[in-house]
Amino acid sequence: MSHAHPNFRHPKQPENDAGYTRRDYEGAISTLCAGCGHDSTTNAIIQACFELNVEPHRVVKISGIGCSSKTPAYFLSRSHGFNSVHGRMPSIATGANMANRDLLYIGISGDGDTASIGMGQFAHALRRNLNLNYICMNNGCYGLTKGQDSATADRGSASKKGIPNPYESIDLCELAIELGASYVARGFSGDKKQLVPLLKGAMAHNGLAFIDVISPCVTFNNTASSTKSYHYVREHIETTNTFDFVPLQQEILTHYDEGTSQEVTMHDGSIIHLHKVDSSKDLTSRQKAVNNLEKEKEKGRFLTGLLYVNPQIEETHDLINSTLYPLNTLTEEDLCPGSEILDRINSALR
Amino acid sequence: MKPTNIENPEHFHKVIDCQFACPAHTPVPEYIRLISQGKYDEAYAINWESNVFPGILGRICDRPCEPACRRTRVEETPVAICRLKRVAADNKNQATSFTPEVPDKKNGKKIGLIGGGPASLTVARDLLLLGYEIDLYDDQSKAGGFVRTQVPSFRLPEKVLNEEIDRILDMGVTTFFDTYVDNIKQIVDKNYDAIFVATGAPRGRDLPDLPGRIDGNESIFIGIEWLAAVLYRHVTSTPQKVIVLGGGNTAMDCCRMARRLGGEDVQVFVRSPRSDMKASPWEIEDAEEEGIPIVDNHSPLEFVIKDGKLTGMNFEKMTATYNNDGRRTLVPAGEPSVFVPCDLVLLAVGQQNAFPWITSESGIEMNKRGLPIVDKVTHQSTVPNIFFGGDAAFGPKNVITAVAHGHQAAISIDLFCRGKSLDDRPAPSTSLISQKLDMHDWLYDSNVSEDKRSAVPTIDKVKSLHDRLLEVELGYGKKTGHKEAMRCLNCDVETVFDYSTCIECESCVDVCPVSCINFTENGDEEDLRDRLLAPADNRDQPLYVSAILPTDRVMVKDENVCLHCGLCAERCPTASWEMMKFTYNSAQAGKK
Repeated sequence: MSHAHPNFRHPKQPENDAGYTRRDYEGAISTLCAGCGHDSTTNAIIQACFELNVEPHRVVKISGIGCSSKTPAYFLSRSHGFNSVHGRMPSIATGANMANRDLLYIGISGDGDTASIGMGQFAHALRRNLNLNYICMNNGCYGLTKGQDSATADRGSASKKGIPNPYESIDLCELAIELGASYVARGFSGDKKQLVPLLKGAMAHNGLAFIDVISPCVTFNNTASSTKSYHYVREHIETTNTFDFVPLQQEILTHYDEGTSQEVTMHDGSIIHLHKVDSSKDLTSRQKAVNNLEKEKEKGRFLTGLLYVNPQIEETHDLINSTLYPLNTLTEEDLCPGSEILDRINSALR
Repeated sequence: MKPTNIENPEHFHKVIDCQFACPAHTPVPEYIRLISQGKYDEAYAINWESNVFPGILGRICDRPCEPACRRTRVEETPVAICRLKRVAADNKNQATSFTPEVPDKKNGKKIGLIGGGPASLTVARDLLLLGYEIDLYDDQSKAGGFVRTQVPSFRLPEKVLNEEIDRILDMGVTTFFDTYVDNIKQIVDKNYDAIFVATGAPRGRDLPDLPGRIDGNESIFIGIEWLAAVLYRHVTSTPQKVIVLGGGNTAMDCCRMARRLGGEDVQVFVRSPRSDMKASPWEIEDAEEEGIPIVDNHSPLEFVIKDGKLTGMNFEKMTATYNNDGRRTLVPAGEPSVFVPCDLVLLAVGQQNAFPWITSESGIEMNKRGLPIVDKVTHQSTVPNIFFGGDAAFGPKNVITAVAHGHQAAISIDLFCRGKSLDDRPAPSTSLISQKLDMHDWLYDSNVSEDKRSAVPTIDKVKSLHDRLLEVELGYGKKTGHKEAMRCLNCDVETVFDYSTCIECESCVDVCPVSCINFTENGDEEDLRDRLLAPADNRDQPLYVSAILPTDRVMVKDENVCLHCGLCAERCPTASWEMMKFTYNSAQAGKK
């Protein structure tokens, strides 16, 4: 049995601008089922971090409980990590983010961890627009407990057990847009060409970036009657638009004809170019974004791609006016500015 | 690209780099696996069937397999394939007879073999098993050819040589030793059904025009003749200062032998730069290890004779220049000539074929280079029942090539004697067998060893320099042999892809440590190589392309650095990837 990856890599493995090879972003070998969509999502994260020249030691990965929440073991083994309680990933992420706003936060959750037990935490992290990359690996079932329908299973969809789900499903993307996330996207684990740029855009984004990744469960929910199988998703996928993500440091080389693309400048100066946009699909409008989702849903299609983005919304630190620096860099002088300042504060409260 | 046709055995054969590179196509990974399991007899048997002389080749093979080894593409050194062969030979059960049954009832056909080297012995073995009668002629008193007369005992002990040669002779070869054939007519007149000529390249090149050659004759020897003289104890000592001219393996044997016969100050002089030397790198290393300097870029000018006695040589320093297509020209560096004192010179500057005993009335046509005109595949000469092999056929090569020639010639002779077309050659026998045992368990050891190549232990230098009969290399012990065998990447366990069951989850892409699997839009080879996940610029290694998948893409695998770790198959939910052992056995005479 293979408990470990061989250490040999392709001899011509390229280095990124930060001097790392892709291997530096890898983790332990996956113990998920063979063919699990989560492994592809994991790899897309590795690829996005590699392409963005992220320094592994500047990343924090946090997760809850579930198959999805196991995945932080399988990527970025040189980063910081915290495997928290079921559905409590957002609060751990909030705490960590409050303490050090300079790091890149990747929160991993699943449909059970987010849409059932963690729903309350999810809603409030969205409201606060926490600077977090919230990645939900969504397979419509509780894979770790043998495949019961989850809250995101579509009505009428039947998993391996064969009983159609009688309940309405929760659309996490709609919820995210409505509750205040500033970057909302949906991807498919089987389409890395789309997923990697979505992740890169999210990482460059300042504020809560929510990505719902449809990530089939091969063991319990990859049946012909399931709406979250590889086959069904491929047949019913619809994309908002293709787009390029141009990181800040990179020169813009592609020429876009006027009227055919929409440009969104991210907080850090990176740019997202959306191709072939028609004006009804303005992605910075919350209302239109929700409409787009509902329209495709009526047709029985999954809308994927970047669904909504608004870099103007302030993130938690800005909202609460917290310190600009990580707490561990604050000196005694910063923390105890002296009796004169204390007097000033006290008198302001009188 | 069109989908790869894996029904064609050559695709997977090419993936087994070592076996593909071996002229005799010995199933290398299979015997290495057997060694790792301690099954030395089985490992030896596979070798014996394919290359006939495992103990000999495990010491002196030119090892074309090792530079081809896949490991050299992921780390520095190949698996020590050659020395593992020796592990099988050293550790096999001495009581096991590896001789298959030779039919008592002969088929009535008689074959004459001229020359008793590896090519002839291979023909003898292959044909004896089919009921042929074999007569073998050699001018020496024992069989073995140059392997016996030229390869020093410190590299190949006589015991090993005798064991493997006698095994064949004991199968029923009628030998005519000490019989120099001075005219092929003598053999033709004996009315053999077919004749096989494998008389090697027996003439060592001389430097007849170099000043001082004639006057210094008593102290100047042709390397291969001198080595034979040492073997037969006509030469038992050398003076202290010896110069060896030449950069091939014979030069290495000469200098090391001179060191053992009293040469204290032995030097090798080569005209070309060291990087162009013909000798195998390991043989150069072995010579240097024994304190023999290799001086490159020195072209001999003259033998210096004083009072009728050789006192040294003058050399001119050379510089190598290379033109655009890599052709080398050696030009004098323009420095004053260098005098090197010496008492003995050994010439190892090449070997030539010589056929003074083949007259034009035999009907055997010769080409401009003085070599017989021989078909590259069938080994047939212009006389239909006379075949050539070994160095005698296409010029000096090596033992393993001679063995491969022997197999091919035996096939031709058998077809010829049965009145069949020589082009109607038997196909290799192949099989493809699943290695799956369980979810994560395989019939082969899929773990990739990261151990570095183990050095072969050698005998104490002082001792070995005193005794030319002492073998320098001790060979791997069982433990080191096992460790070395585990370095093999099992290239014969092939990754076989079934596009019809693939759900394109890409788990294989994600898990592959060397990023060699891709799902992408089809294109021509150039285009595909250009856009695969990892650089696919090794043109010697094929791409494995599937038929079109449901998403209109194809699976493309670059075979170049695949570790055969089996992770793609372990992570595949639909068993679209399977690890299957591909067995490829070259055809031998008598096979259908």
